[in-house]
Amino acid sequence: MRNFSLVLIAIACFISLKTSAQIDSTLLKRVPVDTSRNLLNMDAVYNRPFLQVGKLPVSVGGYIEADYSYIGEDGITDGHSFRVPRMTLFVASSIHRKIKFLSEIEFEEGGEEVAIEFAALDISMHPLLNLRGGIVMNPIGAFNQNHDGPKWEFVDRPIAATEMLPATWSNVGFGLYGKYFSKEWAFGYEAYLTNGFDDAIINNGENRTFLPASKDNKERFEESSNGEPLFTGKVALRNKKIGEIGLSYMGGIYNTYEEDGLILDEKRRLDVFAVDFNTTIPIIKTFLVGEWAWVNVDVPATFTQQFGNKQKGGFIDIVQPVLNGKLFGFNKATFNVAMRIEYVDWNDGTFRETDESIGDEIWAVVPAISFRPTAQTVIRLNYRMMKQTDLLGNPPAKISGIQFGVSSYF
Amino acid sequence: MSKKLSYLIFLLILMKIMSCEEIIPVAPAENELLDGPTEGLSHAEQRQFLNGDIAFNDEVFSSVDGLGPGFVATSCGSCHPGDGKGHPFTTLTRFGQTLPNTLPELSIGGPQLQNRAIPGFEPEKIPDGVPFMKFTPPAVTGLGFLAALTDQQILQYVDSLDEDGDGISGVPNYITPPPYFEQKWLHQPVNGKIIGRFGKKAAAIDLLQQTVSAYNQDMGVTSTFEPVDPFSQLTTDPEVFDQTIRDVVFYLRTLKAPIPRNEDDIQVLKGKRIFNEIQCSSCHIPEWTTPDSDISALSNKTFYPYTDLLLHDMGPGLDDGATEGSAETYEWRTPPLWGLGLSPNSQGGSFFLMHDGRARSIKQAIVLHGGEAESSRNQFTSLSETDKEALITFLESL
Repeated sequence: MRNFSLVLIAIACFISLKTSAQIDSTLLKRVPVDTSRNLLNMDAVYNRPFLQVGKLPVSVGGYIEADYSYIGEDGITDGHSFRVPRMTLFVASSIHRKIKFLSEIEFEEGGEEVAIEFAALDISMHPLLNLRGGIVMNPIGAFNQNHDGPKWEFVDRPIAATEMLPATWSNVGFGLYGKYFSKEWAFGYEAYLTNGFDDAIINNGENRTFLPASKDNKERFEESSNGEPLFTGKVALRNKKIGEIGLSYMGGIYNTYEEDGLILDEKRRLDVFAVDFNTTIPIIKTFLVGEWAWVNVDVPATFTQQFGNKQKGGFIDIVQPVLNGKLFGFNKATFNVAMRIEYVDWNDGTFRETDESIGDEIWAVVPAISFRPTAQTVIRLNYRMMKQTDLLGNPPAKISGIQFGVSSYF
Repeated sequence: MSKKLSYLIFLLILMKIMSCEEIIPVAPAENELLDGPTEGLSHAEQRQFLNGDIAFNDEVFSSVDGLGPGFVATSCGSCHPGDGKGHPFTTLTRFGQTLPNTLPELSIGGPQLQNRAIPGFEPEKIPDGVPFMKFTPPAVTGLGFLAALTDQQILQYVDSLDEDGDGISGVPNYITPPPYFEQKWLHQPVNGKIIGRFGKKAAAIDLLQQTVSAYNQDMGVTSTFEPVDPFSQLTTDPEVFDQTIRDVVFYLRTLKAPIPRNEDDIQVLKGKRIFNEIQCSSCHIPEWTTPDSDISALSNKTFYPYTDLLLHDMGPGLDDGATEGSAETYEWRTPPLWGLGLSPNSQGGSFFLMHDGRARSIKQAIVLHGGEAESSRNQFTSLSETDKEALITFLESL
């Protein structure tokens, strides 16, 4: 039923777009992305290209990703594969000068899954005090809030951000955020209380502690799994010349320890810490972005160490523009070479039986070239090289292959 | 010019990458891997092999799917990574039977300890003073070849009275078959019991029993074959489909036999000769040939498991005080040696040998042999270091 409603919303958006298309196209106004360098990562939600009709207070937008991959593991491949991993629609509205609404609806895997990733009302009382309520993206790390496909030079999203941390991770809740600017500096904070995780993070088919397993629980948009709010908070500091650093925390009780007044288990906590940064090296214009996170989960000692109580991992992207200007007929095109390095230790610890290190790690190096005919569109070619060990730390599986994709705001 | 050149370079890079035949990692040599199907399976058999492979290696049980409440591991692959030997992390503890030819005392929680439990439950504990034995998970490759042998073939090596005077007897473990046992022409019942051939004590008659027992005792997953939950000791609804169990059994039957490496190496050949000279091969019988099988790929195939599938007295040092079936507490089934050299690839980089993983090297495992193997062990310890190395090199080549 919920999916049906979402589809109706999406159809309505399409119809509004189509209706707009039938009117004089000169009335269509593209709201450009704010490229001022005072913006923080937390502004990514609103800092997207939108299309506005005349003076209507509603603007729409979205992006699409399509890709091809040829990946193999230890000599075995499933061959050539094409997919549209996601198409996302944004609808934003200015209800009042200080009240605005934005929603982000994502269609994944050709519409197999439809999800509201973001649908929140923002009420601004002061630049340092804004109330946000609805379906919000928990500000853990940087990628969760800044995940739009066209912004990245890589076909796959970072493993640490999407499989260790559960990006994109949205929940229903309320919170406050604010920003303060002073000359070269910008400071921002966010703090939310939302519904959160559930037992699935240590009770799933992945055979490891897996925070994204809670995303399968759609009821979290209707009620908390345990009545305990999840706190997510972040502070970020940006200097125009140096770059931005963010520190974030997400934590709370994750398990259903009580139901109908019956005590089912002890209260068990989840705590996540993350640090993220981004900067552009002057003169050579090399862009660096990355994040690292630590996950701590209270896994019962009597359960299996297959499900670790500590995880850590992160990624760094290095993007070097090599050609700028008029390329292939596009006036402001850019040709980049890039590299992503990523690592996740799914189970950081030692076996009780042998006191030897637990494996379950993944490393990846992804060289890439990308072509941006405009800032909003990217054509990217990646070569992914990964090594993955099993729990016991046996010789790693070697995985590699090429990925080609396009992604664009529209 | 420069623009055209940049187009050309871009296209050439693309074409080069797209045409590269080594885009994906090169496959390891076939003899470096334990997993993979036996050669000669039909398309239909390969489909069933694939289904079994997925159930064995990819299917993970959670409490939602029937895991536990008490359990040892969450999947078949957790105990047998890459179809090889397991790690102490998933070592099993068996208890409840201290005398041969008695039934395990189920009332105290036997025959196996479920040492882990899903959240909210407490794992099982062995009652004070009850003897137990620990089993490190074995490799599962090549089991179909052993399963295809006839009881008569196994019995040819029985010498319970040591009539040939070589100090080695060898007896079968006669097992009372479970209710779901499907007797085949290759079995020869004696007083309603059948020769066991799988497990450290040879307590499982066939791969169906081994599989059903593993689902039940290792993962706490009930089936129509074994509907009693080991935690509650009560009958529950089946938690795994019969077809899944059949597919896993088929997978185990059709996994390839481990392929030896460096067979023509001088050291390997020398070690092989020493292996025979010091009578290791009296129990670790190198060569067998299967009779006709319902799977044609397994019919009339000669293979080299290095086992006689019989029980042998291994001396007091390996007597754990617990047993299964008709085996004495000091008797252990001769484990197959095939795939031995690849064990570190599935045991986290080092050896955990003997029934409970106590031996951290092949040499240490040999020295731990006692009882009927005492003579061979003594001959081994008397060898020069060079000869010992040659023997170990041979064993590592298997």
